[in-house]
Amino acid sequence: MIIAEQKALTEIEDMVGPYRKILVVGCGTCMTFCSAGGPDEVGQLAEALASGNKDIVVEKSTIPRQCAVKFIDRLESKVGDYEAILSMACGNGVQAVASRFPNKPVLPALNTQFIGVEAESGIWTETCMACGDCILWRTGGICPVTRCAKGLLNGACGGASEGKCEVSKDRPCAWQEIYHALKRLNMLHYLKEKPQVKDWPIHPGRVVRQDLREVEAS
Amino acid sequence: MSFREALESGKFLVTAEVGPGKGTDVEHLLKDADIIKDRVHAINVTDLQSSVMRLGSMAVCHLLTDRGIDPIFQVTCRDRNRLALQSDLLSAWVLGIRNVLALTGDHPTLGDHPQAKPVFELDSVTLLEVIGKLNSGFDMAGHELKGAPDILPGAVVNPGADNEAALDLQIMKMEKKIEAGAKFFQTQGVYDLDAFEKFMKRIEGFHTKVFGGIILLKSVGMARYMNKNVAGVFVPEPLIQELKEAEDKAQASMNIAVRLIKGMKDLCQGVHIMALGWESKIPPILDEVGL
Repeated sequence: MIIAEQKALTEIEDMVGPYRKILVVGCGTCMTFCSAGGPDEVGQLAEALASGNKDIVVEKSTIPRQCAVKFIDRLESKVGDYEAILSMACGNGVQAVASRFPNKPVLPALNTQFIGVEAESGIWTETCMACGDCILWRTGGICPVTRCAKGLLNGACGGASEGKCEVSKDRPCAWQEIYHALKRLNMLHYLKEKPQVKDWPIHPGRVVRQDLREVEAS
Repeated sequence: MSFREALESGKFLVTAEVGPGKGTDVEHLLKDADIIKDRVHAINVTDLQSSVMRLGSMAVCHLLTDRGIDPIFQVTCRDRNRLALQSDLLSAWVLGIRNVLALTGDHPTLGDHPQAKPVFELDSVTLLEVIGKLNSGFDMAGHELKGAPDILPGAVVNPGADNEAALDLQIMKMEKKIEAGAKFFQTQGVYDLDAFEKFMKRIEGFHTKVFGGIILLKSVGMARYMNKNVAGVFVPEPLIQELKEAEDKAQASMNIAVRLIKGMKDLCQGVHIMALGWESKIPPILDEVGL
């Protein structure tokens, strides 16, 4: 899922400063699971903003996903009454809402961090960079592009100490993790394969599925 | 004799290194290089060592060639994508730089501009492959070059990796580097000759040239700092005590280096001395070991 963190309240207050009537919109999928922008956080943020400024009118609403037009459409009847929308979605959701309501300021309440997992209670870690060319089958299910701080494809760098990455002791060396996983799976031979160079995709990315386009056209 | 000729001679060789500073002042660095130039077969020039922004390695290598020194241009993959790396390799060649040490590089977060965007598009292995490709007259994309270099590529290995996984990974990568064209290896600083001997036994079948790393111990504090913070460097406690109890610390440090180099003479093909400003100690150390 996508992991995000709420911005500092002072920054959010700066953003909403020019507006008196604000619609705070949560997102019911990733942002709910990572406790950044679900119904609970929408309630807390709306209350914090309202208590900080007596004139402000803050309404709250959460839709299942802010990245899908069919759910964003549910906001249509409400949006007209507000000067701005404060989105508690990831950057993708904020942009989808902004695109659906082009005449309304749509403000991000969160900082989107990465695609990841909840590694332990209250700790999320990045696992996938959406690099466009998955190699997890030969790295023991551990992504070096994402989990190695240098994104190395051809083995460890030599900077690890006691199994931890040189960038910080709270990050394991991904290559040592890959080594252990491949050893367990009896697949260490993958580490000896021909060196790889990654061909980077163009950003912004674009996926075209001709088969689906043809179905729609006919 | 060029470094390439020296490497082919089969003699026990000595390399050293200098690190460019922050700014345009090269007086000290050139003085240090002059002190050792007749005693070593090549001098490495570090590439923004420890990810600290400094004067560049290529320019300093060029200054060394002007003084009759054969430099080893250290190139990391930290700051340059494949366009810049290939272009710099060609540029170095036309400036008279003949040897390149291919490194992955430290992460920027360890340096003095920790917010910098790391590149690492290539790594040490694929950089070596690119050097081979340029030498054969083609760039990485397969386009033909008008005039090709003939760079002597080298690499590094860390024999002091601190667990089985880390050491296996180092050795696997070393093998890949040899396949990718590395003609010599310089190691991280070694203080434990028994462990180094075991490492050398493990890589016996690789038939490559290894320069054992010697870092001059400038103080007890430095030894303890490296033990805590430098991956793969371990200074055993008896050496720290020897330094601690010595009245003349510099002499004690030189004695340690002499013993290590003497021990390495039968284990590997050369030594790489990292003096860190103590270049003036290198000639007496080499006198003592008879090199």
